[in-house]
Amino acid sequence: MITELVELSTTRNNPHIDPSMAMWEWQIPVYLFLGGMVAGMMIISGYFLFSGRHKESNCACFSIPTISIVLLSLGMFALFLDLAHKFYVWRLYTTFQFKSPMSWGAWILILVYPALIANILIRPAAWMLKIYPKLSEWAGKINQHPFLIKNIGILNMILGLMLGAYTGVLLSSMGSRPLWNTSLLWVLFLVSGLSAAAAFVHLFAKNKTESELLAKADNGFLIVELFIFVMMFLGFLSSPKPHMEAAKLLLSGAYAPVFWVFVIGLGIVIPLIIQLLAVNHKIRHTAIAPIMVIVGGLILRFVIVSAGQYSHWFNAHFH
Amino acid sequence: MSRYGMVIDTRKCVGCQDCVIACKTENNVPIGYNRDWIVTETHGKFPDIQLEIRTERCNHCSETPCVSCCPTGASHIHDVGGIVLITHEKCIGCKACVEACPYDARYIHPDGYADKCTFCIHRVEKGQKPACVEVCPTYCMHFGDLDDPNSEVSKLLQSRKWHVNLPDAGTQPNIFYLV
Repeated sequence: MITELVELSTTRNNPHIDPSMAMWEWQIPVYLFLGGMVAGMMIISGYFLFSGRHKESNCACFSIPTISIVLLSLGMFALFLDLAHKFYVWRLYTTFQFKSPMSWGAWILILVYPALIANILIRPAAWMLKIYPKLSEWAGKINQHPFLIKNIGILNMILGLMLGAYTGVLLSSMGSRPLWNTSLLWVLFLVSGLSAAAAFVHLFAKNKTESELLAKADNGFLIVELFIFVMMFLGFLSSPKPHMEAAKLLLSGAYAPVFWVFVIGLGIVIPLIIQLLAVNHKIRHTAIAPIMVIVGGLILRFVIVSAGQYSHWFNAHFH
Repeated sequence: MSRYGMVIDTRKCVGCQDCVIACKTENNVPIGYNRDWIVTETHGKFPDIQLEIRTERCNHCSETPCVSCCPTGASHIHDVGGIVLITHEKCIGCKACVEACPYDARYIHPDGYADKCTFCIHRVEKGQKPACVEVCPTYCMHFGDLDDPNSEVSKLLQSRKWHVNLPDAGTQPNIFYLV
């Protein structure tokens, strides 16, 4: 039986917009991933400082901020590459637009750097002291005040939270793209960022206790992430048709293979099983699970950005 | 206060694309880009078919996600007629507004800034009609102040049935299609 059909044809053919939106390319997901992972690392490092772990000589909180600055700068460079009107980038910093998540993000990024630098100054690396010996004096002064260190930890946690959350809000504030338009997106990106960060720090942490703690924490983050996905899809599948169709893009549509295989399977479930066995001392810790988590987090951003742009409202009058 | 809008009679529009060409000529729209375009919608089950031809462009909505997402204030609401405009020298080309528009009415100009229909405000402020309205051979397009109850557009909306595009997207568009 032939059902009633709606056929839409348009004469518009704007680049990167028709037949479906593809304005944001690799730069945005790369930035969202790096921003999210750095946010997670700030929260981890901030927590270590807050809980007094900096007294341990090999605490990861001394190497995290330097790596974070490098990764965040790479992410911001990707963002810069995406700008079409590059010479006007300074315009971001001559105003603050209260309603614009991107404006919030631009200013949060400006605040993130001093927080990371403050974290570095607690115990600068040997190569930094070689370049600028005076740093050890500053470090000495900071270390005289445990209260100050605690506050640097709190500052890093708060700014990490803001950075991680904003990467999600940036997309979820767009009512025009149904797949992004869920208030759970910032929680998903924050937890995914924390999970990638825990995996990343676990890889290079020299302190055994921390390494073990982060593997356990990562398992927690991965489980929470699975729950967020379930809740997100429940929300979409009980929403109007455009949102339902958007969820189906991931569940059974064009993006389903990459979503199920790379994001859920190889990015969450398999590494979760491996890491659960490892923390229960059934198998040894290897780099495999953390690397899968990190790559899974990156692919998640690619899938959400791409499928989100593809998801749309139906510009049909009769239906 | 004035609120500029358009009322387009889908019973008269034949999809000739005169409005599209007029816009490109008037506004120097680069080749391969469109500020306005024609949508043809066919619905039904053969032989019981309905057809609607629409000329579409930025809806100059009353609720403007494209303005609120802009991090620099380049995308803004103009003092006259509440229309949505872009200050090119403030635009960083971040594309957020392009993504935020449910109508996909914006594009990135080859020179780097976001661009779209301006309701030909440069003509309107001189007392002329937008180029697309001016050239329409079937007189299906009407432009005017929706806040003025005596304007041609307000009277048409009172006397005829109409719809807007994507009412569920919640942007309160100011282009109305007579059916």
